[in-house]
Amino acid sequence: MRKLRYLTSLTGGILAAAMLVASGSALAAEKMKVGFVYVGPIGDHGWSYEHNQGRLAVENAFSDKVKTTYVEKVAEGADAARVIDKLASTGHKLIFTTSFGYMNPTLRVAKKRKNVMFEHATGFKRSNNVSTYSARFYEGRYVVGKIVGKMTKSNIIGYVGSFPIPEVIRGINATFLAARSVNPKVKIKVVWVSSWFDPGKEADAAKTLIDQGADIIMQHTDSPAPVQVAEKRGKWAVGQASDMHAFGPKAQLTAIIDNWSPYYVARTKAVLDGTWKSMDTWGGFKSGMVTLAKYNKAIPADVVALAKQTHQGIINGTIHPFAGPVKDQSGKVRVKAGEKPDDGMLAGMNFYVEGIDGSIPK
Amino acid sequence: MLYWSPMLAVVLTILSGMVMFALLDVNPAKAIHTFFVAPVSSLDGIAELFVKATPLVLIAIGLSFGFQANVWNIGAEGQLTIGALASGGLALAFYDVDTPFLLPGMMIAGVLGGMTWAAIPAFLKTRFNTNEILTSLMLTYVALLVLSYLVHGPWKDPEGMNFPESRLFHEAAQLPVILEGTRLHLGGLLALLAVAAGWVVMARHIIGFQIKVIGMAPMAASFAGFKKARIVWLSLMIGGGAAGLAGMIEISGPIGQIIPVISPGYGFTAIIVAFLGRLNPVGCLLAGCLMALTYLGGDNAQIEMNLPNAVTGVFQGMLLFFLLACDVLIRYRLRVVSKKVPEAA
Repeated sequence: MRKLRYLTSLTGGILAAAMLVASGSALAAEKMKVGFVYVGPIGDHGWSYEHNQGRLAVENAFSDKVKTTYVEKVAEGADAARVIDKLASTGHKLIFTTSFGYMNPTLRVAKKRKNVMFEHATGFKRSNNVSTYSARFYEGRYVVGKIVGKMTKSNIIGYVGSFPIPEVIRGINATFLAARSVNPKVKIKVVWVSSWFDPGKEADAAKTLIDQGADIIMQHTDSPAPVQVAEKRGKWAVGQASDMHAFGPKAQLTAIIDNWSPYYVARTKAVLDGTWKSMDTWGGFKSGMVTLAKYNKAIPADVVALAKQTHQGIINGTIHPFAGPVKDQSGKVRVKAGEKPDDGMLAGMNFYVEGIDGSIPK
Repeated sequence: MLYWSPMLAVVLTILSGMVMFALLDVNPAKAIHTFFVAPVSSLDGIAELFVKATPLVLIAIGLSFGFQANVWNIGAEGQLTIGALASGGLALAFYDVDTPFLLPGMMIAGVLGGMTWAAIPAFLKTRFNTNEILTSLMLTYVALLVLSYLVHGPWKDPEGMNFPESRLFHEAAQLPVILEGTRLHLGGLLALLAVAAGWVVMARHIIGFQIKVIGMAPMAASFAGFKKARIVWLSLMIGGGAAGLAGMIEISGPIGQIIPVISPGYGFTAIIVAFLGRLNPVGCLLAGCLMALTYLGGDNAQIEMNLPNAVTGVFQGMLLFFLLACDVLIRYRLRVVSKKVPEAA
């Protein structure tokens, strides 16, 4: 009898302990942890800055249910997998890896951590627990192209490029097609800096382009340095990834803004609701993933009207930046007249359109 | 006493770190724990520490031979890159060929690649007496451009949507993991072997002796008949070979493919590691682990305490600053000297 009582009290004790542990983990699980990995510092005022704005939007939307964490300046290489795995192993249920170079590290970690969900920006490999997402920045470029085509006096657009990957090539092509459609004399000059974030190199590239006669500086890099150079030299600039108005109040014509907030909030909600599924998202003007900053007051009214009309046309689907006919530099037809390219062709774009001088670095 | 200077520097760094955390309104004890203890309080963490330290230790040991002989190889980053390309090229050339000879072949290719790149400054120095600091450093940028050319061009993954990276290496070209469930790979063991080999050569072999004599007393060395040119070649070959092997280990271990940026500056960080480790192989091992710990601690401080990434840089900077300061103050005594300006007649 005594033995039995001992046994019951023991089981009781174990049960109580188990409940304590359970309630402890329940407390911890009350707030779902969401992790973010950035390639730049959050103060880059460009790419990583905007991803961090998306993170803050998640915090705001689910302040009582979600806790977010970020790790900045994570190199795309051996370090990335370590950081991603560290987040996965410290209870983060959903992890956003926000640079192309994190693709293979993300997949590697995802294979090991099957009950964590991953979201990889700008990649093309998916798995059961890895989604990909990117934005149709080229839609923004197309509207910008109309503006710069009208605004340039020297007919030379300077373009600070990062790496000659399809996303960047697509941007150059979209800009050029739009600019040419309103100004047959326009030319585009590209300087590659082989970096996403290097204010020194970006500024040097912008100076070189201005010295070569460019009166408008565009960029596919993350720092506001090119905008600053344009401001100092009295030229025009177009902000990238984020509104860079503060760095070039006179120079910035407009900026192509990446707005990740709605997507991040929606994906976090999907995990909370248990409806998350691996998928590929490519949002543009229509879904609000790409927006434009306020137009500079110096832009004439008719140009603003044209820009707004183009913007609306893309949203309505009546305008497609790469609507045929599109020829490449060799004159080969890549999109037939009257047709629109499919996403696969856009995603792998590796040619300059007809009329662009120079060649893609190999 | 000079051997204690790194320890002193570490203590001073931690103390100033605590002051910094207090100023940032963060609990100093908790921050130091998050930074230096928590990252290595699990098996996974220790494995990660070795993964991160491996290239640093290997390169630092290689460089410390040269540094003792007054041969200043600053271009380990470039030698690492060429080593990675030589071994990675081999892996791509034998893509999907399943043979146990591939990995050893890649190791040899990596070492030879690094040596080839280091041979250029060695030749220029022994033949034309050029400054190896400049030549080795400048060759680093050349190496990075070669890498950039290859990943953007001929070695680009054919199924990679035109993105600049090679295909993923197949199984036979990847270093095996030696601790199940972690990322710790065979490279960690190679680094330990290098520590042992480095120590034997440095402390017990005539080459180590010659290197030290040439570094400390070049005149005495030439009287003893030690050939300076031979030592220049030898130390650059050791440094280049070790860096090349580190490059091979990085791409066939934690990375698994060739990407536009292989090393986040290991070749340069290893210079700090070599000096922190007093140009001694065992010291390099400890210093490499400490340096790796600052990176891991930096991740952890961001994840656990929302501290900015800059904390990592601040810690590394303080460590080097205090080390140099300790060295100077141990070697020299500060004295207040009243400066009497001789009066003009």
